[in-house]
Amino acid sequence: MTELLATATATGLSWLLEPLSHEFMVRALVVSALVGGVCGLLSCYMTLKGWALMGDAVSHAVMPGVVVAYALGLPFSIGAFVFGVGSVALIGFVKQKSRVKEDTVIGLVFTGFFALGLVLVSKTRSNIDLTHILFGNVLGISIADIQQTLLISGIVVAILLVLRRDFMLFCFDPTHARSIGINTGLLHYLLLSVLSLAAVAGLQTVGIILVVAMLITPGATAYLLTDRFDRMTLLAILSSALSSVLGVYISYWTDSSTAGCIVLVQTVLFLLTFLLAPRYGILKVQRSLAP
Amino acid sequence: MDQCRSIPFGDRLRIEADQICVDYNGVVALYDASLHLRAGCICGLVGMNGSGKSTLFKALMGFVRPSRGTIQINGLSVPRAQRDQAVAYVPQSEEVDCSFPISVWEVVMMGRYGSMNLLRIPRESDRLAVWHALERVELLDLRHRPIGALSGGQRKRAFLARAIAQRASVLLLDEPFNGVDVRTEKLMAELFLQFRHEGHTILISTHDLSHVREFCDLVVLINKTVLAYGETAEVFTPENLAMTFGGMVPNVLSGGPTSTEDFK
Ligand SMILES: Nc1ncnc2c1ncn2[C@@H]1O[C@H](COP(=O)(O)OP(=O)(O)OP(=O)(O)O)[C@@H](O)[C@H]1O
Ligand SMILES: [Mg+2]
Repeated sequence: MTELLATATATGLSWLLEPLSHEFMVRALVVSALVGGVCGLLSCYMTLKGWALMGDAVSHAVMPGVVVAYALGLPFSIGAFVFGVGSVALIGFVKQKSRVKEDTVIGLVFTGFFALGLVLVSKTRSNIDLTHILFGNVLGISIADIQQTLLISGIVVAILLVLRRDFMLFCFDPTHARSIGINTGLLHYLLLSVLSLAAVAGLQTVGIILVVAMLITPGATAYLLTDRFDRMTLLAILSSALSSVLGVYISYWTDSSTAGCIVLVQTVLFLLTFLLAPRYGILKVQRSLAP
Repeated sequence: MDQCRSIPFGDRLRIEADQICVDYNGVVALYDASLHLRAGCICGLVGMNGSGKSTLFKALMGFVRPSRGTIQINGLSVPRAQRDQAVAYVPQSEEVDCSFPISVWEVVMMGRYGSMNLLRIPRESDRLAVWHALERVELLDLRHRPIGALSGGQRKRAFLARAIAQRASVLLLDEPFNGVDVRTEKLMAELFLQFRHEGHTILISTHDLSHVREFCDLVVLINKTVLAYGETAEVFTPENLAMTFGGMVPNVLSGGPTSTEDFK
């Protein structure tokens, strides 16, 4: 019995430790945990504000920016950020100036940007690997990219921490925010800029296609677990970072897509919560029978 | 209404709106509406559905931009007054997401944000203000509940408490009595009288005309513009009401039991 336990522990430990002998795995784990945490924090605001589609839009719209930045030899995050914010501004402009509904405008703008990105990739003679942009390449991440990611994460976390109450109020009741003299227009664009930044960080690990999952799933999972905003942010950060680390491990041992594994773990966590959450899970394991 | 005339708060005007015009994409909702309110009074805003009551509130808060006219609150421009926490506003219906993971206490604390530092970390005085506001609307017991777990009337009280916690000198309340029970109605009426005593200026829109007689010093009758405006005793006459409601006058002026059902 104890022998069995010992072998199980040993296997588990080697499952956890062996990958750490590769430098690329250490990098991948650190970066994806960091990006996971950052996106998890932001995902609370995205889900509460109802900006899932916006997250999808911004993450796709950064594509041409990445390509242009590579072609010009700039840090890719600068190009991505410019196009992310540009798409948001364009969405806002078209919505304001026309009678087309917002979700239509969002869909229209981001597919347009994404298409532009595809054309640019095919026309740029450079060593851009399309699959790396689309599906991430955290196992092959370079030191320069790690530095960029660190910087971006720092900025995002700083903004979200300093203004977390304002953003909470902005998501909950923008009318009240305005009535006490808070500049909601500024908050709106700031949150969208932060979203662009997080999308840039996220596409490092999971790529453009799946980054939206990083930006909404952890928030949705945490939302089912608590009625307290602060606890929700903590849970979202934890679940997101954990999914990222676990996803990288699973991807290593099964030799499968890292982005796929990360997002799949997140989805499984969500499904478990959806079934088993104490109060909001559909199985409602406890109480509710009490008078 | 001599409580109102013996103003111990100076005669500075709290609300000065001059010749406000508001249109929604070319459709006029309000024209030439003027309103001057001093410190320490309660003003009732009365008019039919669609007469522009909510629009007037929104104009006073700067949420709709008047095409003409000027507005000052406490002698300041509206954005300035808002930044100074000089004005609190409770809209007709809160367009908030009631499944938001936030407690009643935290909602009321939002009334204090404007007076806090950038990080919005509550100080003792903020907690006290929230406590007192919740006490005044009798929601202290429910302060830990998520906002979504309140009834409609309780939620209304919570948002009123948020406005109270703001400690603004001007309160703009758009139909605060909608959907609250008799007890709460009484509680709120007493609250408003207390606020007037403390020198607040309160603008209340209501469809219950008996309220106007009970506690409004001033009354504004509107239908796309200010039809009549002044001391309740002078303005709240059958003729004026007939003009406001297009011939239908609720029988609230005869002094009998106030019922809005039997129209003349
Ligand atoms: N966002 C809007 N867009 C276009 N028209 C509007 C808008 N809001 C209000 N209106 C119109 O402006 C007029 C005044 O509306 P308002 O909401 O101020 O009325 P109200 O007096 O508050 O009515 P109620 O008693 O029903 O609350 C109405 O005719 C209404 O249809
Ligand atoms: Mg109204």
